[in-house]
Amino acid sequence: MYDVAIIGCGVIGASLAYRLSRCDLRILILERENDVAMGTTKANSAIVHAGYDPEPGTLMAKLNVQGSAMMEQLCADLCVEYKRIGSLVLGFGEEDRKTLSRIYENGLQNGVPGLQMLTGDQARALEPVLSPEVTDALLAPSAAIIDPWGLCIAEAEVAVRNGAELKLRSAVTAITEQDDFCTISAGGQTYQARYVVNCAGVDAESIFRMTAEPQFKTLPSRGAYYLLDKSSGGLVSRVIFQCPSAAGKGVLVAPTVHGNLIVGPNAEEVHGSDDKAVTAAALDVVSAASKKSVPSVDLRQSIRNFAGVRANTTLSDFYISPSSSRVLHAAGIKSPGLSAAPAIAEYAAEQLAAMGLSLSPRAGFDGTRQVNRFRRCTPEQKAALVQENPLYGRVICRCETITEGEIVDAIHSPIPPCSIDGVKRRAGAGMGRCQGGFCGPRVLEILARELNIPQKEILQDQDGTILITGETKTGGAQA
Amino acid sequence: MTQIICITCPKGCHLQVDEENDFRVTGNNCPRGETYGKNELQNPVRTLTSTVRLTGARTPRLPVKSSAPLPKGRIFDAMRLLDEVSVAAPVRCGQILLPDVFGTGVDIVATKSFDAAQS
Amino acid sequence: MKYDVIVIGGGPAGLAAAHAAWQDGCKSICIVERDKELGGILNQCIHNGFGLHFFKEELTGPEYAGRFIDMLGETGVSVRTDAMVLEVTPDKQVHVVSTAQGYEILEARSIILAMGCRERTRGAIGIPGSRPAGVFTAGAAQRYLNIEGYMVGKRVVILGSGDIGLIMARRMTLEGAKVLACVEVMPYSGGLTRNIVQCLHDFDIPLYLSHTITDIQGRDRVERVIVAEVGPDRRPITGTEMTFDCDTVLLSVGLIPENELSRAAGLEMDPRTNGPVVYENMETSIPGVFACGNVVHVHDLVDFVTAESQRAGHAAAAYCAGHTPAAAPLLPLKGGNGVGYTVPQHIRMDNAKDGVSLFFRVRAVYRDARIVVRDDSGAQIAAYPREHLAPGEMESIKLPRVLLEKASGALTVQIEEGGDQK
Repeated sequence: MYDVAIIGCGVIGASLAYRLSRCDLRILILERENDVAMGTTKANSAIVHAGYDPEPGTLMAKLNVQGSAMMEQLCADLCVEYKRIGSLVLGFGEEDRKTLSRIYENGLQNGVPGLQMLTGDQARALEPVLSPEVTDALLAPSAAIIDPWGLCIAEAEVAVRNGAELKLRSAVTAITEQDDFCTISAGGQTYQARYVVNCAGVDAESIFRMTAEPQFKTLPSRGAYYLLDKSSGGLVSRVIFQCPSAAGKGVLVAPTVHGNLIVGPNAEEVHGSDDKAVTAAALDVVSAASKKSVPSVDLRQSIRNFAGVRANTTLSDFYISPSSSRVLHAAGIKSPGLSAAPAIAEYAAEQLAAMGLSLSPRAGFDGTRQVNRFRRCTPEQKAALVQENPLYGRVICRCETITEGEIVDAIHSPIPPCSIDGVKRRAGAGMGRCQGGFCGPRVLEILARELNIPQKEILQDQDGTILITGETKTGGAQA
Repeated sequence: MTQIICITCPKGCHLQVDEENDFRVTGNNCPRGETYGKNELQNPVRTLTSTVRLTGARTPRLPVKSSAPLPKGRIFDAMRLLDEVSVAAPVRCGQILLPDVFGTGVDIVATKSFDAAQS
Repeated sequence: MKYDVIVIGGGPAGLAAAHAAWQDGCKSICIVERDKELGGILNQCIHNGFGLHFFKEELTGPEYAGRFIDMLGETGVSVRTDAMVLEVTPDKQVHVVSTAQGYEILEARSIILAMGCRERTRGAIGIPGSRPAGVFTAGAAQRYLNIEGYMVGKRVVILGSGDIGLIMARRMTLEGAKVLACVEVMPYSGGLTRNIVQCLHDFDIPLYLSHTITDIQGRDRVERVIVAEVGPDRRPITGTEMTFDCDTVLLSVGLIPENELSRAAGLEMDPRTNGPVVYENMETSIPGVFACGNVVHVHDLVDFVTAESQRAGHAAAAYCAGHTPAAAPLLPLKGGNGVGYTVPQHIRMDNAKDGVSLFFRVRAVYRDARIVVRDDSGAQIAAYPREHLAPGEMESIKLPRVLLEKASGALTVQIEEGGDQK
């Protein structure tokens, strides 16, 4: 019998698992994919929003600002890449000025620190590449950029290290409630837990439906992005937004913690969490919108396009409420869900406590995590790392300078990756401009060696993403 | 008259070969083009490059080639022959792995040297 | 540790450069190679067609590399394999990391950059669609196939008609895969004609010119691609779509010189080549730092890489021996009509006693055109008739000293048509 079963190990599920692993609890995490951070968490803007967008008084407003305030220390504790670089929301003319003053007022009410209205010239003084058409801007110094899947993985790892049990490839198919506990069917197994928390992201509605009739409908919203080469990474030094609209926060141009430039997203309603195709039309929208903010953005420097699906719903706010005395839902966690994640976890923990879960601290809990990042080291530190383990002396990913040591560390981490992209999300190999063209085969070899499985079984990403279809010299030649 | 592109060198000369006139070649910029044009219509040949299984070395495949061009029509047959070949390191570049394939006098030879891997 | 010459990269460029510097009397030379063996990308280019110019015989990639590796084995050039250069400083320190020697800072009197190039990826060209497994650069697939012995697919569509893609069409076919099509967005092939003939025509693989992939479909593994014809603006034409059921897409859509070290060292770069700006002897904007091979501009034939790299090696040796050419008079070069770039970008007259060879690529296919060199005044310095010019092939011309001396100001290399056209 588990005390808590968490369904879904994106950044919300992982944040909650991390929060609850501080307590003396038996925790189960059920994830349908072969790794954590496989949904919206791995395909989003990678921004910690300051918190001026949400309507004052909403849960979203409160948790965004709280989460944003918690994030810096959390990332430091977990060795997750994070930079507080601030953001600018740009205005182009009279209409936008009204919007900007509205979100400025929102921000003040929400308790966002340091907000400042700027003229177009003041904004261009900060970011010289901004369009001459920019007339106004809202500066929010507390906005930040983050490695979103890095945060999720780190939190899940620490939770697992502190005793939480993670079951991958365990899609939940049924939940039945008894008086004192719930029975959950997942991945062909059944589990019993006293409390269940639905953190299933875009698919939270279907999990909800297993326990009660949801009071909302999911409207999955797809957003496409360009990720630009590091040579464009310094184009802007802050997150550059346009005025938000009903469709969302609009197209942003921002540096990433990995040194690239991210441009996107658009917003289009799609059918489900699987609908992650990038369309030419979407890229055109992103291209046009980004050039409105930063005319000099050079999308030919693109190294990758991707799209993510956000858990928009018919509700304007997050939905974090129980449907019974045993089941809590964290649903409709759309933007700014990542920013709010640690606060959502805290809030969910409070709800669970109110439902009767005891949150007594666990003895010996260690909430920190260390990873070695060779590329971030000084020459002296690099020398010391190689001295300690020669594998740090072999650079596998030449674009990002990721060593075999780091890849082996990742493979032997508390949640071992089974795919090349799993290694990428942990160690950074393949993130760069050649997109794994050079290092992919070598990472595959290392994965097979360290996991002691045949190379043919190593995946690109989720289950089914087979890379190798056969061997040569087995009689395959045919005319 | 048949139009073909000469592949003897990267220039890619466009040749005209006159089958009714003793395979006379025009459009070539060098004598090798003439030879190619004549042969390509009468007896097309290709150098085969591929790999064979390699054991005891750092990597599992050894690159090989035919020591001279093979009849174009026998290329897939030659590939099937290579399926059966396995070579143990050490092996030297130029080493004959399959002599005289199909009685053509052409050998399959290694195109790279491999030392035995230290394990 | 201090060397006369440090060569960064042990592919064909680095091998030839190091050997040339040794021949000229440099006795302290080190090649730093990131792979576990020398030879670079030639090791996976197991096809033949290398060496016709340089060795006057047809070799495979590993054989071509092997000849140089053997030649180098008879010299005192030292080699560090499995060693990665992390940084090159303007004062010629080379930061190297390796499992064997840890983190080292090597010093050199002269540095030769020979890091090669990398392939353009799906992200660089923005192919729409989902993101299943089964989309590979041709070079990555080549490595899996030729080095590791793995097939990466059974039904293949190749995007781009670059040489590696064409070569892989044949290799995959020989190994039992079905190559359904080669799709090229331009109206002409990006690869060598003989590869079109030997790798596509021989196996009845259709080449669709002026076509592109407009959609990649499949959740986990590629399931199909949509191919459409493109107009003169290279935008897909609605209504021309064809569907190919395939499990693999290979990309052969261009190569990019790999110059992160060069940029970080502060070398002047040429945005047209994506490589460093070089003088007639392959010297970069930092005296004593030379560059050669695909790191400077993408070559079509390794033989030309060798020749260029030998020039760099000889020049590095001369630099170490104290010969520094006078900076003036200087002839800048630029590409005019139909010429994308020139290498070198500058000629120091003091160092061009025997004239200079220029290398460049044309932007379109020409028949019976002339390569014309004009100076600032518009005067024709030299003209070279060519029956056939194509972007897939690197062009070169030799400018004799006497002609260089006639020039006033910058030289423009351009393609001129007309006159005696057929």
